[in-house]
Order: sequence, then structure tokens, then C-alpha cells
Amino acid sequence: MAKVVFKVGDDVSTDIIYPGRFMATVLPTETPQFAFIDYPDFNAKVKKKEYPPQSIIVAGKNFGCGSSREQAASCLKGPDFVVIARNFSRIFLQNAINLGLKMVICPAIEASEGDELELTADQVINKTSGKSFPVVALPKARQVIIDAGGLIPFTRKLLLDAKDKR
Amino acid sequence: MGMTMVEKILAKATNQAAVKAGDVLEPRVDMAMSHENGALVINQFSEIYKDTGLEAKVWDPSRIAIIFDHRVPAESSKTAGNQKKIRDFVAKQGIGKFHDIRGDGGGICHQILPEYGYVRPGNVVVGTDSHTTSHGALGAFSFGIGATEMAAVWALGRVLNVEVPGTIKVVCEGKFKRHVAPKDLILHLIGKLTSEGANFKVIEFHGPAIEQMSTSGRLVICNMTVEAGATSGIVPPDAETVRYLQEEAGVKDKLDLLAPDADAVYDQVITINVSKLQPQIACPHTVDNVKPIKEVAGIKLNQIVIGSCTNGRLDDLAIAAKILKGKKVAKGTRMLIFPASTRIYLQALKKGYITTFMEAGAVVMNSGCGPCLGVHQGALADGDVALATTNRNFKGRMGNPNAEVFLCSPAVAAASAITGVITDPRKGGK
Repeated sequence: MAKVVFKVGDDVSTDIIYPGRFMATVLPTETPQFAFIDYPDFNAKVKKKEYPPQSIIVAGKNFGCGSSREQAASCLKGPDFVVIARNFSRIFLQNAINLGLKMVICPAIEASEGDELELTADQVINKTSGKSFPVVALPKARQVIIDAGGLIPFTRKLLLDAKDKR
Repeated sequence: MGMTMVEKILAKATNQAAVKAGDVLEPRVDMAMSHENGALVINQFSEIYKDTGLEAKVWDPSRIAIIFDHRVPAESSKTAGNQKKIRDFVAKQGIGKFHDIRGDGGGICHQILPEYGYVRPGNVVVGTDSHTTSHGALGAFSFGIGATEMAAVWALGRVLNVEVPGTIKVVCEGKFKRHVAPKDLILHLIGKLTSEGANFKVIEFHGPAIEQMSTSGRLVICNMTVEAGATSGIVPPDAETVRYLQEEAGVKDKLDLLAPDADAVYDQVITINVSKLQPQIACPHTVDNVKPIKEVAGIKLNQIVIGSCTNGRLDDLAIAAKILKGKKVAKGTRMLIFPASTRIYLQALKKGYITTFMEAGAVVMNSGCGPCLGVHQGALADGDVALATTNRNFKGRMGNPNAEVFLCSPAVAAASAITGVITDPRKGGK
């Protein structure tokens, strides 16, 4: 069980998650300091590491639309957030899977900041409101990358397997 | 069962007779493009090879292009450091298609790729930039990916686990009226589809209005398909594609002009009569918030921007120069113009457009992406309203979440610069 610590609306773009003006910072270890920086209260708590791992961000439709900048996923992966959205934009979804950021597609999600949620394989249970909401599976094609813990270990294994075959 | 453009390209890229939407494939990559975020790709690339005992060599240096465009010349020591890191990597790996910060051969990645003939019809192109959709204009399947995904491409030469996207067919009939442009067509389409209407799909363009459209215009419409969530846009290659690649990009090899099958299966077919279009404006703060110009005409503007990978090409500058010739940018309004490449800049110089712009009071900047995404020059103040020929108007896009950005065609931008308010170019004399 984990708490909803931040709630945002529909079409939250990468310009909001990780504004372009900080794009010169690229390393995943350095990007969390700029996560949602135009939301100063949330950003300050991220910087002070006040949110426990697996804290939940709830979003509307099309979360992560816009730029392909991977910082938008890595800045949320660093503090180990879980993002629950009605749906995600394509490139953000792939970046998040590649980096091992946990995402849940939940088209009917209703939750407020402070609510306690339990995540199961097929639903999100809002313990505060008592309601539960079905989950849509992430793209099948990408499950092997999720299972490998991200694209870096997955690709590394492919290269090593190819080496062994030679 | 017939195949769409993207199905044909992916069948070819996986050596199969046929593929269909939903299949999961690992297509080989013909061109892999990055810009300054190549610094992150390099980091992830070396992470992949860490402790493997394998030498970290890219799969094929001739199929990688790196173009500096987002922050040129570097605005900070941090960016300069990233650019240096990339320069060293490019030299070490023998990457020849590298466009450094230069007055000859520089520009925005999505202009450089077509201009230098790095993309051919039927190619699979990936880029660490969401507007990589642009290159569908040349009949390629071209889409944006993240830096880690690109690191895997650099290592393997293929994209892993690609699900063949379904296709939306858009048939464009009629003829564009005066001062109505491809930009108005794509804004109209995005408004119709919404920001997620084409999510995980390809938009394939057809019809007489597309057949008569220049490659420059096709780049505009494919560029912005991502704003409807599309994986890519694509135009079946034709005589215009051949003309562009041979005459403007100097391509000499034989081109594969593949076409979709007559019985290809589409998820949706949309018909648009471009004769009926009027100038369109995308209003803050989403690109799908599109209105016909009459509904927003008269809104006061602090900054006007013409340029970017969407509308910074020579024909865009020509339209703007024609409208601005002998006129002045309104007092209280700033106008910034940044050509899409140094080649276009030089052509505009020779044609006198740059003189026209400067005499009108516009600031002509070097080629790059900076102002479009608020990373380098042209930032907005709190409360500022901007009108731009760029591609996004999200909150914070031009460097300030407390400003507003409207999107439009070059003709609307130029006409509005003279009045200082959103102005319909059809109402002027030119």
C-alpha cells in the first residue's frame, strides 16, 4: 500500500515534468532535482527526499506527451515513484519501461492526494474511498524488457548471449 | 490482405513477405539520429557494455547522424561539455554524419536529414527527438525514441520489440486557398483527432492536395503528426520526392518508391477538403486546442517567432518576406526569425529576405531549436503572449509557465507582426 503524494490533470507534457531549460542536465542521477520544478512544493519535497519509495503520482490522460526527452522519466525513476495515469503517451511509456519506472494504466482512476492505494496485477484499490478500478496491461511487446528490469540489462544480455554463440 | 506504407517498410526491414498491424518485430535501422541528447545516449551506451568484456563499438557508424541544434552555440559550460563529449565520441567511433556548430552545414536535425539525403523512401529512421516523425515526408517510417532506446540501437542496429502500428489514412482533397498552408491543414487535423487521437498509430497522407504539395510542406504535416499522438506520419513517395532528393539533396542512387496496396487495411479514413480551410490557430496550452483564426483575431502579442523544424524553411521565409517587405514590426512586439538550416539562411540572404526582415525590425537568429522549446534565447516574461510557427504550445514551452503560446502558419505570423495582434493574412493587400 502506498500514498498518493501528487495529483495532476490531463495532457501533462514533458515541458511540465522536466522543462526544456534543464535539458542540459542528462544524467539520471542528477535529473530528479528538476522534476516538476514549476510546482515548487512538490519539487522541494522531491529534492529533500521526503517521499518514500513507491509513492504514487496520479495523472489524467496522455501523461508525458510531447518531447522524447528521457529526463522526464528518469527524474521520476530516481525517487522511485509509481505513476498511475488514465493513459500514457507513446514515447514516455517506452522511456519509462526502458528505465524501469513503474507505471499503471488505469483509465477510470479516481484518487486524491493523501489517499492510500493498493496495487494488484489487475486493479487499483483505493483504500481511502473503498472503490477499485481496473488496470489495462502494459504493451505485451515490452513485457520482456520490464521483466529484465529495463532496456540496459536486456540489451546487455542480448550482446552477451550473441558473444557466447560465437 | 494488402499492406499499408508502414507495413510494407517493416516487412522489408525484417526480410518478410508480409507483416500486419500488431505484429511484434525487430526492424533493422537505416538511420539513427541524435542531437545534443547524444550525450545521454553515450552514457547509456557505455552502461550497456559495462562489465561485459565487450568493446563498445556502434553497429554501423555510417548509419548514425548527430546534429547540434538545441543549444547552438552553447549557452552554458554544461552544454559545451555535453557537446565536447559527443565530439570526442564521434571521432572515436568514426561517425561521419556529424554536424557541428558551423555557418556552413549546420542546422536543425529535421532539416539536415532531408537536406543531406540521409533519408530515403522505405527507410526505417529513428531519432532521439519526438519530431523525427518529419521524415515520413520522404516515404520513410520515421519515429522518435528515447536515449536508452537509441543506445540499444547503436549497439544492435535494430529496434527491439516494435509493435507494427495501425494506420489512419487521411485523404486531402481540393486546393489550398491563398494564405492557407500545410500548417493550417495539420493544425486542423490535430484539432479533429485530439492530442491522443492517433496514439500508437501512423498517419498516412493521400489525395491531390498532398500530391501537389512540395517536400517542404510534407515535412510540416509529418513533423506535427506527433502532436496527435502518432508514432509517425508518412507520405507515399512520388515524383516530387525524387525531385527533392536528387535536386536539393544531391542523391544519386536508385530510389525505391514503394506504395501502399490498394486493399491495405486502415483503422480509420478521414477526408479533408483543403479548399474549405481557413488559417488555423492552436491556442494555449495544448496543440489540439485549435480554432479558426476569426475566433482569436485581435489578441495582443508580445513576441512573434518564425522558424523551427516545422516552419523555418525557405518557402516559409519567402511568404513572411513578401508580407513584411517595406513594413515594420509593430511597436511593443518583438519578432524573432530563425531559419531551419544554415543553407536556408544563406539562400534567404541571397534572395534578400534577411534584409527585408531586419529592415522590418525582426531579429534574425542563427539556425537552431532554442526559442521553440525555451532552452536558448527568446524566453518569455510572465504574462507574455507569443505567436509562433513552431510546433508546441504546452505550458512552459517557451521557457515560462506563466506565458501563453499560440501556433500558426508563417503567413499569419508575418501579418500579425505588422499589427501586433493576431491577424488574418488574407485581409492584407499581399
